Amino acid sequence: MLLLPVALFALSSPVRAVTPDEMLKDPVLEARARAISQKLRCVVCQNQSIDDSNAPLAHDLRILVRERLTSGDTDAQTTSFIVARYGNFVLLQPPFQLDTLLLWAGPAIFLMVTALGFWRHFARPSVAVPATSPFTRDEQERLDALLNSGSSP
Amino acid sequence: MQRLIGLSPLILFLIVSVGLGLGLANDPRKMPSTLIDKPIPSFTLPPLEKGGANFSSDDLKGKIALLNVFAPWCGSCRVEHPLLMALARSGEVPIYGLNWKDQRGDGARWLAANRSPYVRVGDDRSGRFGIDLGVSGVPETFVIDRTARIRLRHAGPVTDEIWRTSFAPLLADLEKRR
Repeated sequence: MLLLPVALFALSSPVRAVTPDEMLKDPVLEARARAISQKLRCVVCQNQSIDDSNAPLAHDLRILVRERLTSGDTDAQTTSFIVARYGNFVLLQPPFQLDTLLLWAGPAIFLMVTALGFWRHFARPSVAVPATSPFTRDEQERLDALLNSGSSP
Repeated sequence: MQRLIGLSPLILFLIVSVGLGLGLANDPRKMPSTLIDKPIPSFTLPPLEKGGANFSSDDLKGKIALLNVFAPWCGSCRVEHPLLMALARSGEVPIYGLNWKDQRGDGARWLAANRSPYVRVGDDRSGRFGIDLGVSGVPETFVIDRTARIRLRHAGPVTDEIWRTSFAPLLADLEKRR
């Protein structure tokens, strides 16, 4: 019985905000438009792409993307058109350039530092620490006697 | 040296915390404009009412001006309206208006009812010119210099504080340059 809602959930696709009247007649262009839109951030909602967002500005930008494609722009030209106006922040995947180097390399560096730490800790033989007893000899003997007598049922 | 290595997780944590803290202090809504120091894109917009004059990029040449993007449906715009009115009355700097995405055509009526601080208003009904300016919401205010370059973009209502810290020094500086 649980299988039905699970199956329906698994088969459902995420809701897109593209309305039928926005869609281009040419399926190739429309597919390109969808792909480009999914990589552009909605600057109003900020965590959604313009393909997903219901914001009016996202609608305007979706139309704009389709206009640029229809007028013959390549995918790269269409994307740069939007980036020229809104900045690199509008790209959901930040470009790989000098100021985003830390962003891209950061996790890898972090992982390497952690791996190094692990290696140093586990791979090296640990230095034997001479055991110094906190008890004097006398106390140790009394302790042993007490423990031994206590262990017998 | 051993102590330093022992402390390294703590040091790393502190570095990451500072980095993340600085990042959290950034407001992603305050996106830097890509148009700073670039000429304002050329445009011609119709007036709010028939019979009025168009508003074009030519109107901005040769003077220091503010371009205020507003909409009659925008609540925050009302917040900055008194400040804009005071500016207009003082004559310190001319304010040009951009009526943004006003699908219902309420702009003219709204300005008539609330008084207009604008020397001229352009009707960007579709919001397409707004996209050329990188507008992501209303209100936004731009400072345009004598060469029609954008020198400042402020997103959100202009408050007295923001005027004092961001706009006034820039305007004073621009006035000095001839």
